[in-house]
Amino acid sequence: MVNLEILSSDFHSSSDSLPSQIPPVLFFEGYVPAGFPSPAEAYTENRLNLHDLVVQKPAATFFVRVNGDSMMGIGIYRGDLLIVDRSLEPVHRSIIVAVVNGEFTLKRLIKGDGRIKLRAENPLYPDLEITAETHFEIWGVVAYNLHDLRKP
Amino acid sequence: MTLFKDMPKDMSKNMPKNIIALVDCNSFYCSCERVFRPDLWNKPIVVLSNGDGVIVSRTDEVKAMGLGQMSEPYFKIKDEFQRRGVYVFSSNYALYADMSRRVMKTLSEFTPELEVYSIDEAFLSLRGFENFENKDLMAYAKKIRETVLKHTGIPVSVGLGPTKVLAKAANQIAKKNKMKTGCIYSLLSLGQREIDLCQFPVQDLWGIGRQSSKKLNDYKIFNAAQLRDANELLIQKKLTIVGRRIQDELRGISCIDLKQAEADKKQIISSRSFDGYVTSKTHLQESIALHVSEAAIKLRKQNLITKCITVFIQTNPYSQVYKEQDFGSSSISLLSGSSHTGKLISYALKCLDQIYKSGFYYKKAGVIFHDLSKKMGSQTDFFNECDSDQEDQIMKILDRINDFHGKHTLKYAVLGTDKEWELKFKLKSPYYTTRWSDLLRV
Repeated sequence: MVNLEILSSDFHSSSDSLPSQIPPVLFFEGYVPAGFPSPAEAYTENRLNLHDLVVQKPAATFFVRVNGDSMMGIGIYRGDLLIVDRSLEPVHRSIIVAVVNGEFTLKRLIKGDGRIKLRAENPLYPDLEITAETHFEIWGVVAYNLHDLRKP
Repeated sequence: MTLFKDMPKDMSKNMPKNIIALVDCNSFYCSCERVFRPDLWNKPIVVLSNGDGVIVSRTDEVKAMGLGQMSEPYFKIKDEFQRRGVYVFSSNYALYADMSRRVMKTLSEFTPELEVYSIDEAFLSLRGFENFENKDLMAYAKKIRETVLKHTGIPVSVGLGPTKVLAKAANQIAKKNKMKTGCIYSLLSLGQREIDLCQFPVQDLWGIGRQSSKKLNDYKIFNAAQLRDANELLIQKKLTIVGRRIQDELRGISCIDLKQAEADKKQIISSRSFDGYVTSKTHLQESIALHVSEAAIKLRKQNLITKCITVFIQTNPYSQVYKEQDFGSSSISLLSGSSHTGKLISYALKCLDQIYKSGFYYKKAGVIFHDLSKKMGSQTDFFNECDSDQEDQIMKILDRINDFHGKHTLKYAVLGTDKEWELKFKLKSPYYTTRWSDLLRV
């Protein structure tokens, strides 16, 4: 006889409430006394939770929608969902959400020779050089992109 | 150690070194809006209260204009704001609550002893840093500020002191001159306190309001140093034990500990004023049902059940038009307690039946849940009416769906769909961090 018991964690008290929370569920099974213990019992593991993989620092992670097509060259399309982590250190070639003169933009960071450039992944968009006059800020580094492949 | 009459009574040298940081967000609600509107980073912004009534947050740019006092009614200053180019937002509490959680979570990484004091303030105990030099503590405070700003986008100010009252005073000094202090200030050193407390007005101290400061002024106590050095019996007499505690804290003696676990609430209230007036019973039922839903969510979040519900409705005593007054309230006790929205709504509506009078123009309605206790596993007694496992399951699912899609996505029909009486939130920003539909677009 299999006795299945499901424990679910109380989300409201533990983690930050970001949307998309399927609670991690721990399964464990064991037999009612009088019978053999399951050989699998020692090997049961936690169910895989995508949120834990993708959101490393909940307090600094924001979900953002892609509005433009400047990054299509690397598979980031309009409507995609970006996982942006503000705690990550932006380095050369990071994909970043930046603010240029008060406007959001999604680009690849090019750093070198003491200069900073923002590069699109779309031949229609030229590189943007950041000068001392440009009001520039790095809002966050994009860690993951979620693209729904079922869309036309 | 003998104390002479004129010697400063700072006792901190004799105490074990306590280091407390008070971290508080600068213009919190406005700063939350700015994270998602970087075009407004240096613009004058205000945020309005529920119903767009009064100003509850404003940026330094607005202060510099000499405009918009806190709690000033919006309608009075609306035109002036428009003329001067001030950006106005309705409160977006879902956003602010989420941003607050992020700030607090980030702060908790700097110390295991954190007390969340309000939506935008927290006390941190930096015990373990006793042997650090002042400059290293300042560097640590700077790191706290930089980390919160980087991770969440919210600028904070940090005040350091050996007690909570002094940490708060340090924080206020930090804020007063942000350019000079870099939003960090320490009153840990005795020498610094000697300088600053003489210039710190008593009414700005944490725990001293206008009434208390007037009393102190009568006794020629105008600044914090004078309060600190005043006669204890006098303070006890005029300001009670609360004033004495503040005095001791100013002396470097910590008497107000960090509260860490959130004490269970004694009651949960949900109430609001209507935008106009409500006179139809159906509308009142919708309103009461909404309040029950809101309060029940809070109940379940704390794993509590309620054994007594009070419903109240009232007219507006200040109305020039609808002069007839009525205040009704009715309570109902539950045998076994519940946190099930459906059940609680039906009980609350029974209460409403008792007090509703047609022909009156009601301005406010609400519910109070009292006699709260922790939800236990089901009991096995004959008269047991506590929520069944199935009822609990339904609530769990309801909460999960609403957490995902937004509050009240799924709700009891009595809540209604057309809410003409609901508060104005005309200028509210999107729920950037709590609704899929409202995400920031880049």
